[in-house]
Amino acid sequence: MTKVKSLTEIRWHGRGGQGAVTSTELMAQAAISEGKYAQAFPSFGPERRGAPVQAFNRIDSQAPVKIRADITEPDIVVVLDPSLLEKVNVTSGLKKGGYVIINTRKTAKEIKSEFGIKYPVATVNANKIARETLGVLIVNTTMIGAVIKATGIVKKESVYAPLEKRFGRLGERNINAMETAYKEVVIEEQ
Amino acid sequence: MATRVGIEVSIAIADAVKLANPDVVAAYPITPQTHIVEHLAELVANGELDAEYIPVESEHSAMSACLGSAAAGARTFTATASQGLALMNEVVYVAAPMRLPIIMAVANRALSAPLSIWCDHSDMMSVRDTGWIQIIAENGQQCVDNIICAFRIGEDKRVLLPVMVHLDGFNLTHVIEPIEFPEQSEVDKFLPPYKFPLPLNPDNPVAMGDFAPPVIFTETKWAQEKNIQASKKVVSEVWDKYNKAFGRQYYPVEKHHSDGAKVVLMTMGAVGETASVAIDEMVADGQDVGQIRLRLWRPFPLEELREAVKDAEVLIVLDRAISYGGPCGPVASEVKAAFYDQPKRPKIVSFVGGLGGRDITVAGFRDIVKQGTEIARTGSKNEYEIYGVRE
Repeated sequence: MTKVKSLTEIRWHGRGGQGAVTSTELMAQAAISEGKYAQAFPSFGPERRGAPVQAFNRIDSQAPVKIRADITEPDIVVVLDPSLLEKVNVTSGLKKGGYVIINTRKTAKEIKSEFGIKYPVATVNANKIARETLGVLIVNTTMIGAVIKATGIVKKESVYAPLEKRFGRLGERNINAMETAYKEVVIEEQ
Repeated sequence: MATRVGIEVSIAIADAVKLANPDVVAAYPITPQTHIVEHLAELVANGELDAEYIPVESEHSAMSACLGSAAAGARTFTATASQGLALMNEVVYVAAPMRLPIIMAVANRALSAPLSIWCDHSDMMSVRDTGWIQIIAENGQQCVDNIICAFRIGEDKRVLLPVMVHLDGFNLTHVIEPIEFPEQSEVDKFLPPYKFPLPLNPDNPVAMGDFAPPVIFTETKWAQEKNIQASKKVVSEVWDKYNKAFGRQYYPVEKHHSDGAKVVLMTMGAVGETASVAIDEMVADGQDVGQIRLRLWRPFPLEELREAVKDAEVLIVLDRAISYGGPCGPVASEVKAAFYDQPKRPKIVSFVGGLGGRDITVAGFRDIVKQGTEIARTGSKNEYEIYGVRE
């Protein structure tokens, strides 16, 4: 088939309560508002605060998303909480040519040597941004900025409306956090 | 002008119910149906939906309240899942013979034990013979469309029957996806205000669901059966009208590359979309395969099924439930019955899979089609295959 691959699969790793599911929801809504097709869903089941969780995005620029199963071979992995790197094999099933976007104060080089990650890494200190911009240590909206910069999968402006709808008067602060991460994320060459 | 939004399917269902403007919602929350009724409660509490929300103490009470409100002539909605549907079972049976067009969304989930909150169709199979019209949705859009259609089907004077819309728990209820919503004014045109012909009224007393001695029982049951059999025509008619109004067409049996295909896979529910990707890939590889999806489960679309696979040599049926001690998967069993006395019939291979929320991937469906084709040729030591089980 000569069809260009239009489907991107993103797996988000976080901990219960960190808002990974909300991240996927906002990403999907942004993509859908651009006329694209998208899915967002959690790893189904009971959630415990603090326990490792996953959430998923499928975004297709051309055709309706048909697959309804967990993402086991993602194109992109997002890590909301750096402590997960010690517990979870976040790159499990990650496609060749895929990469990892991590909330960390460390550099890509440090992260890769410490955890043996064989994929390109994009890093952003989302904890710092969230603390300074939002006043709380919840990085899910901040990390959206990093993901959009690294992937270009949606326009960052497309997330404004979903963020405002979701957070009301706190929408602007979340937009600022996202914008800061968009500027500050360091993306390693492929 | 329809609006397209990214929305969780459960919330979309509640919004679709709101578009249908019900008078009464009586429901008890249960995973994975919870978001549907929570959002409805919210809409009523916020004054966005002018309906009576009855927060009952159990599913048995939910359906009992629905029976009463529907008998009083109120447009009535409820939703449940799994154990909730099981607890409700006694009263679920009452709605159809009393000709009460209650609409119920069922977020399909496995039945205990062991406890599972995840999707399969064992709850759907547990209400097979309750006399409800049963539609199976495959994605969020189909849920919204069919909730609206369900009211029109159920309330049609030729039908007056309760309707269930089945949707896979989690795999649909908890997914955010693009859904197009029709305008309220358009829905109002499609679904005129409801008028029950013989509502309970103290000034004009009637007896409903009365005692039936042997001399009349068979006649009432036969009338009920003729009634639901005849409803199939109305279901299709409403789907045609929906297509005219909103541009999306539904059929009792929906076809995907199945015309003329030698090997056809039959699915129910959200896995049908994943399976369609596998079928697309196999067709692109030059394989002679296709797929049919069962959209209408009751009344069972016998003729449509026979027509859809008239050229097939192999029909592989994937059930998401076990009929314990039975001959094969519960839907496969009916499919076999549908073809037994036909002069030309495909080999029917029954698979059971996707129990209690286990994913079947695209590769999994390719595998099922491959295995099923092989079994049709060589036979199997099993009456049916259970896919992916560890023994």
